[in-house]
Amino acid sequence: MSTITEPETNDSGSPLDTEVPEKARKHALGDRIFSGLSFTAGITIMVALAGVFVFLFIEGYPGLSVDERFYRPKTDFWSYVGPLVFGTTYAAIIALVLAVPFAIGIALFISHYAPRRLAGPLGYVIDLLAAIPSVVFGLWGGRALADQMKPFLIWLEDTLGFLPFFGGPASVTGRTLLTAGVVLAIMILPIITAISREIFLQTPRLHEEAALALGATRWEMIRMAVFPYARSGMVSATMLGLGRALGETMAVAMVLSASPIVTLNIISSENPATIASNIASNYKEASPDRQAVLIATGLILFAFTFAVNFLARYVAGRSERRMAR
Amino acid sequence: MAKSIEISDLDIYYGDFLAVQGVNMSIKARSVTAFIGPSGCGKSTVLRSLNRMHEVIPGARVEGKIAIAGQSLYDSAVDPVSVRRMIGMVFQRPNPFPTMSIYENVLAGNRLNSKKMKKSEADDIVERSLKGANLWNEVKDRLTKPGMGLSGGQQQRLCIARAIAVEPQVLLMDEPCSALDPISTSAIEDLIHELKSDYTIVIVTHNMQQAARVSDETGFFNLKAAGQPGHLVEFNSTQKMFANPDNEATEAYISGRFG
Amino acid sequence: MSTTTVTTDAGTLRAGTLPSWAPLAVAGLSVALGALAWILGLSVVLAVLLAIVVFVVALPGWSLAEKNRRAATDRLVTALIWTAFSVAVVPLVWLIALVVKEGFATLSPEFLTYSMRGVVGDEQGGLYHAAIGTLLVTVMAALISVPIGIFTAIYLVEYGKKNRLAKVITFLVDVMTGIPSIVAGLFALALFVLLIDPAIRWGFGGAVALSLLMVPTVVRSSEEMLRLVPDDLREASYALGVPKWRTIAKVVLPTALGGIVTGVVLAISRVIGETAPLLVVAGFTDSVNTNLFEDRMMTLPVYIFTQYANATEKGYAYAWGGALVLIIIVMVLNLAARLIGKIFAPKTGR
Repeated sequence: MSTITEPETNDSGSPLDTEVPEKARKHALGDRIFSGLSFTAGITIMVALAGVFVFLFIEGYPGLSVDERFYRPKTDFWSYVGPLVFGTTYAAIIALVLAVPFAIGIALFISHYAPRRLAGPLGYVIDLLAAIPSVVFGLWGGRALADQMKPFLIWLEDTLGFLPFFGGPASVTGRTLLTAGVVLAIMILPIITAISREIFLQTPRLHEEAALALGATRWEMIRMAVFPYARSGMVSATMLGLGRALGETMAVAMVLSASPIVTLNIISSENPATIASNIASNYKEASPDRQAVLIATGLILFAFTFAVNFLARYVAGRSERRMAR
Repeated sequence: MAKSIEISDLDIYYGDFLAVQGVNMSIKARSVTAFIGPSGCGKSTVLRSLNRMHEVIPGARVEGKIAIAGQSLYDSAVDPVSVRRMIGMVFQRPNPFPTMSIYENVLAGNRLNSKKMKKSEADDIVERSLKGANLWNEVKDRLTKPGMGLSGGQQQRLCIARAIAVEPQVLLMDEPCSALDPISTSAIEDLIHELKSDYTIVIVTHNMQQAARVSDETGFFNLKAAGQPGHLVEFNSTQKMFANPDNEATEAYISGRFG
Repeated sequence: MSTTTVTTDAGTLRAGTLPSWAPLAVAGLSVALGALAWILGLSVVLAVLLAIVVFVVALPGWSLAEKNRRAATDRLVTALIWTAFSVAVVPLVWLIALVVKEGFATLSPEFLTYSMRGVVGDEQGGLYHAAIGTLLVTVMAALISVPIGIFTAIYLVEYGKKNRLAKVITFLVDVMTGIPSIVAGLFALALFVLLIDPAIRWGFGGAVALSLLMVPTVVRSSEEMLRLVPDDLREASYALGVPKWRTIAKVVLPTALGGIVTGVVLAISRVIGETAPLLVVAGFTDSVNTNLFEDRMMTLPVYIFTQYANATEKGYAYAWGGALVLIIIVMVLNLAARLIGKIFAPKTGR
């Protein structure tokens, strides 16, 4: 179990503790209980995670082949889940496109641009965003942001309508995939910012000073010294943000009036649903069969986010090994 | 209560790596024995093997025999916890427990072993230990203050008080002054002199003047060659060691012509 | 933003450098323009965009005119980065201001002490039942996940020391961090549907789902704190002849306590706003339910969602009220976490 032999006490009395053999036994018992407890806790985590797979599989597997009326408006599972996977990915990508430049900008702001004394409190302000519950973001997105997005959507349709994304007609409620994407972007901003900031702050001071001493401007120094060092960390942060965006439920469910369609248009009132939002809006009338279908889509979401997170950790781990060398 | 220690044919390994080879020495009771030698020669490793603290490092193990007053420390039935109660240790950097007051720090060894004691008994131990560590006069008015608030030298003396509060028979000191300023160092050295009458003291030091000042006997450790295990080159009375050592390498090291 | 570092030599070193008040002036101008456009009827989003564009064009443009391309690029990036930060603050301020404004309009003693049971028409309802539910579910989740989390951290730091199992657990904890909250809800649902009753909806299920989300956070923060405890202290304790478990319980844990408690409180503040898993497994109801093990249980986030989904003016008002209460709870927890961290931090003062 463990390689260390520290005070793993022996039960039998010894010449050295002849005076207190009772005590030695008590030590041994305490140690065994304590290491047993912590070992069990670790195993519990493994069991729980395995349980997530197993139970979702057991309950979700029947959902792959129930009566076709449960897949309305489609007729079989894969054509039902296809548009949802598309919607999930699409919404997450919109969120990433919006959030990543901001997150990296903010991370740089805190690590290299903001006045030293302000950097801490300003970082805290961004962390506050992470503290706001998703349901409140959803409420704000649906009741406030959507309204304010309307003129912007119309403007997008008028000026950029030739692009498939802004084909219109612009939604009159403002509840569009773009709006949901903005809300998602705000929600994943803190995590990408926090990770990038940590990595930017770890840039070796010597590299930075070397660049500055060559007469580089601050931006040139960042491009020469900070970005090369932080590249894989930024990739990993982005992927973690992606994982977050893929699984986020409430913000999308509350902003969008969604239908299971596939469209690139992000400013109209016809919007693709995401897996998570689809579950949240359909669990109510869940008959056991319907429930199985929803759980099956949940299993697919889990596999999807698992893969993304795994990749993110792999990228981060690889860079760590490279740095260690 | 002080006891003597016999070390015979001691080999110490870290995993497959043989760190120290073939150490034989006998450490006298109620005396100060100093270990000197260049960095990495295994003197701290040997010191730690005396109370089985080396076991804290994964993969470390010992072959050979160490006996205190005739009892082998490495018998399979011996509980390392009781070894450490019998053989106290003071570390390189002072390490008082940050969550405890000065008073609680001194009693830590007793309290952590859930020894029940009366308030008056506890007060006695604290006063006796702090007096023993020459710290009583400086801290008696602020016993409830955190131990971390003391100066470095005071913290180290607090750690010594903590070590002697459990009434060990041997006191091991691993470069106890290396993190201290000269004044604190001399306070600790004076203390070592006084403690000698009650304890068997083994001290590792990088400072040869210190070894000459405080110890009765000195062991000189060295590497046989780079990458080879460390070994005990010479073990003699300190006087002889510094005046007229038997071994040439010892003389070279002591006189500063190291090679 | 020191642009005038050399004051004595006004010659070549300063040539073309903008005065130090330049960024501020341009920023002020842009904000003023944006505000004007907003007053004149432009939407908030467009007005903000306008201000940004003016700022990031004007400042580098000025610099380009005065100095050179490199300086202008640097100005441009600086402008973009300051903008990125300011823009990110907009939704935060907007959201909080709105929640406070709309929420206070709804807040009343009745709102806090009534449930929604039998509320029809213009009768006043409240969120009492949801607040009780959130309290019970969250406390239960903490009771499940805090011991598991802390003991796992102890295993990783004190017993596992980089062995195979510890590495596997560390990896799995990372994986758990990425579990979408709704999947956690579905897991709890699937578990209890299979084990107990196909139509089951209960508060305990919600607590299990939240635990799954909370455990990785607790493990991570506790692990970090335990690793911060210097090995010196463990050695000092071992050297006093203290057995390992007592060393952990009496020396290591107390030293790391502040950080661990802070981590736990932050983890609670994180899951207390979770909606999706509770929606799925705890269900919703209009009545007070104080039994975690029987019947549906309302929670604050689900309350906000269902009131919002009603799509009535009254419903929206309740939702804002609920949002205000929830945000206050979360912010208080966050603040408490920081305070606790400070209070429990090992004292070094004399």
